[in-house]
Amino acid sequence: MATLEQSAEPRSDRPTTRELLTRGDTRRKATDRVMAVVVTLAFVVALIPLLSLSWTVLSNGIGRLSPYFLSVSMRGVFGGMDAGGIYHAILGTVLVTGVAALISVPIGIMTAIYLVEYGTGPLARAVTFFVDVMTGIPSIVAGLFAYSLFSLFLGPGVRFGVVGSVALSVLMIPVVVRSCEEMLRLVPNELREAAYALGVPKWLAILKVVVRTAIAGIVTGVMLAVARVIGETAPLLVTVGVIDSINTNVFEGRMMTLPVYVFRQYAQGLVPCADGATDCIATINIDRAWAAALTLILIVMLLNLAARMISKFFAPRTGH
Amino acid sequence: MAQRIDIKDLNVYYGSFLAVEGVTMAIEPRSVTALIGPSGCGKSTFLRTLNRMHEVIPGARVEGSLTMDGVDLYGSDVDPVAVRRQVGMVFQRPNPFPTMSIAENVLAGIRLNNRRISKSDARDVVEQSLVGANLWNEVKDRLDRPGSSLSGGQQQRLCIARAIAVKPQVLLMDEPASALDPISTLAIEDLIAELKDDYTIVIVTHNMQQAARVSDRTAFFNIGGTGQPGRLIEMDDTRTMFSTPTEKSTEDYISGRFG
Repeated sequence: MATLEQSAEPRSDRPTTRELLTRGDTRRKATDRVMAVVVTLAFVVALIPLLSLSWTVLSNGIGRLSPYFLSVSMRGVFGGMDAGGIYHAILGTVLVTGVAALISVPIGIMTAIYLVEYGTGPLARAVTFFVDVMTGIPSIVAGLFAYSLFSLFLGPGVRFGVVGSVALSVLMIPVVVRSCEEMLRLVPNELREAAYALGVPKWLAILKVVVRTAIAGIVTGVMLAVARVIGETAPLLVTVGVIDSINTNVFEGRMMTLPVYVFRQYAQGLVPCADGATDCIATINIDRAWAAALTLILIVMLLNLAARMISKFFAPRTGH
Repeated sequence: MAQRIDIKDLNVYYGSFLAVEGVTMAIEPRSVTALIGPSGCGKSTFLRTLNRMHEVIPGARVEGSLTMDGVDLYGSDVDPVAVRRQVGMVFQRPNPFPTMSIAENVLAGIRLNNRRISKSDARDVVEQSLVGANLWNEVKDRLDRPGSSLSGGQQQRLCIARAIAVKPQVLLMDEPASALDPISTLAIEDLIAELKDDYTIVIVTHNMQQAARVSDRTAFFNIGGTGQPGRLIEMDDTRTMFSTPTEKSTEDYISGRFG
């Protein structure tokens, strides 16, 4: 009875339900608005350099970019000649990075499998530690390492494609290991147990269930690792060198690569043209550098697009 | 096809921790044995020792003897992978392979083992197994759809179809219906009743009514306290266990006085 009376006549100092529900926390609302502005601003600030960079490279590079530019080398090109291209550098980049991927992807994936599926105790901890350390190696150190490694066997002054690939692998392996490890850990344990319960040996369960389920993420991780090293300049300058003509043999002779090409062309700077010379372009080297930089960005974008398509194709089907 | 399993003085350890102690029981062929008991009493651990699945956890080991048709499952010449082919398992949560279609899921035990199978044989295995799991009529028109497109109850029956496709002797079920609604649970229970004609079935359940409905024999596990090993308290025909159990704790548990 007592409670009934109380509810019929609410005490005056107690706010009504309407007040409780509508009297918003004004301070919270203000904070919310401020934070929304801060977060949006941060996004815009992060975007400005990206857009500016894309625009600068595009506007400076598009003028020189042409099928001709993509299909010839720099052989016999000198001074301010309106000629020369990056065919040899594209080939070099694709070959050196491709061989680097061939070396690092199997090592990286197998290391990740070891860490996730087999590794326990001090060895696994040591591997994780050294992978972390490798992530922080400066790229020039990787280049010097590869150079000195090959110099030990082949004498000083050795420069060819595979040396550069080994240098890039040193940079690539930790990235591959890390991303593949994350992806493999995401595979639910229930799937491993389901496979074991069907009498599937561990190695087949790893290969056909764990790796198969994670393959979309693994492909993305490998592509990110490739994108990480494809723009490396310093180690390639040390290990692969510079050349003006086409070389498709990764086991012999120097090769040109796109980042090194960009560096070389830009470093050569303006050409001193004679007054009234019609076939001399003073800015030709710098124009070539921008066009090559644009090509490199386009290649990375294409790789990313390809990775997205591959991972979409392999992704677990959800049924919708 | 179905085999008898004899367990004698079985101790299960995780590292130095004794999880289950001194289990002695016989699991009869072509029957359903239910394992009941409060959480953490070791019934799932015990179930997983029957197909050596607990060995997936590092440091897990057993003492005592566990024989199927007179062969020691833990003998030095016995391959755990081969044991799991003969003793299949269905898990608490349905776990179809997300990268595979319904048909591929049923064939997983064959395909994942790199065994070749002709297309017509594969079709037969898929149909027989899905019919055996009471799922054929619901999925026969969409066998190439992903296994994860099915409802939870259908996924669980798909997992049962996958388990019986490799033609095991024994089927272990670890709370197969605990993640399902009552209607799907009923479908699974009906299925268990049909499957026991061909298989030896061991089922872990938290649902006492379910144990009473589906099983022929019931084993009650209990635990002395935290950190102490789980023990088999008693085992008998299900009817006896639920009407006149010998042990006081069994009666308390079954009548809902604790646990």
